[in-house]
Amino acid sequence: MIPVTHYLALAAILFVIGTCGVILQRNVLTMFMCIELMLNAVNLTFITFSRFLNQLDGQIFVLFVMTVAAAEAAVGLALIVILSRRADSLDVDQANTMKW
Amino acid sequence: MEYFVFYGLATVAVTAALVVVLMNRAIYSALALIVCFGAVAGLFFQLGAQFVAAVQIILYAGAIMVLFLFVIMLLDPQSEKFSPDQLKQVPFLALPCAAFLAFVLVQMTFQWSAGTSAPSVVQTSGSLQMDGNTESLARLLFRDYLLPFEITSILILSAVLGAVVLTRRPE
Repeated sequence: MIPVTHYLALAAILFVIGTCGVILQRNVLTMFMCIELMLNAVNLTFITFSRFLNQLDGQIFVLFVMTVAAAEAAVGLALIVILSRRADSLDVDQANTMKW
Repeated sequence: MEYFVFYGLATVAVTAALVVVLMNRAIYSALALIVCFGAVAGLFFQLGAQFVAAVQIILYAGAIMVLFLFVIMLLDPQSEKFSPDQLKQVPFLALPCAAFLAFVLVQMTFQWSAGTSAPSVVQTSGSLQMDGNTESLARLLFRDYLLPFEITSILILSAVLGAVVLTRRPE
């Protein structure tokens, strides 16, 4: 049996990689993909605890997280399409009209 | 064997995640993300969550990533390189990230590996045995979590309406 800490460490590493991606990347599509990566890392934590606590509620939560991610992808990609239409670029630094 | 599978999948997942972050073209990031989702689905399978692993492949690697690829092909983004002043921020980024990771790892290593493992088996009234994964999952989802499940449909409906309204061209 692989210890629970190994799974949790892997999830933490994936989450940190996703966070770095959101901060480092300038391409709004890649930033969005990094957010999906972070959600997936959280899902891994849920499944791990579901396994080691011997309860299925964590898996239900993962299903809900996936549903919310799907809804988020639909709305987020619509926003990205509008952004690229207005700013003619996918670079988030170009979208600074409201920046003080 | 178990360890071999775990470390193989973990290596693939972390490598693919790094490729997602470091690639300049969004299309390469999307393809690497599909690989990462596949590896994590393998881990789900290993953890006894067969149904969630299947949903991960179908919904995430299938539906959501196809949506992403569709938008990437539609917008055809130019390669955006890391600008030099962007790379100057890396130490400020690396410090909190490394601190967080070190905190989590140290916490887990010292608190849980020593002596009693923290996640001991807790059985509450809502818990079910892991056997017959899909069946017990369905029983839980459609009985105990019926109301959240129904509310989810409202969420999806509003998301679809929002996407349609947002992308409509003004007359």
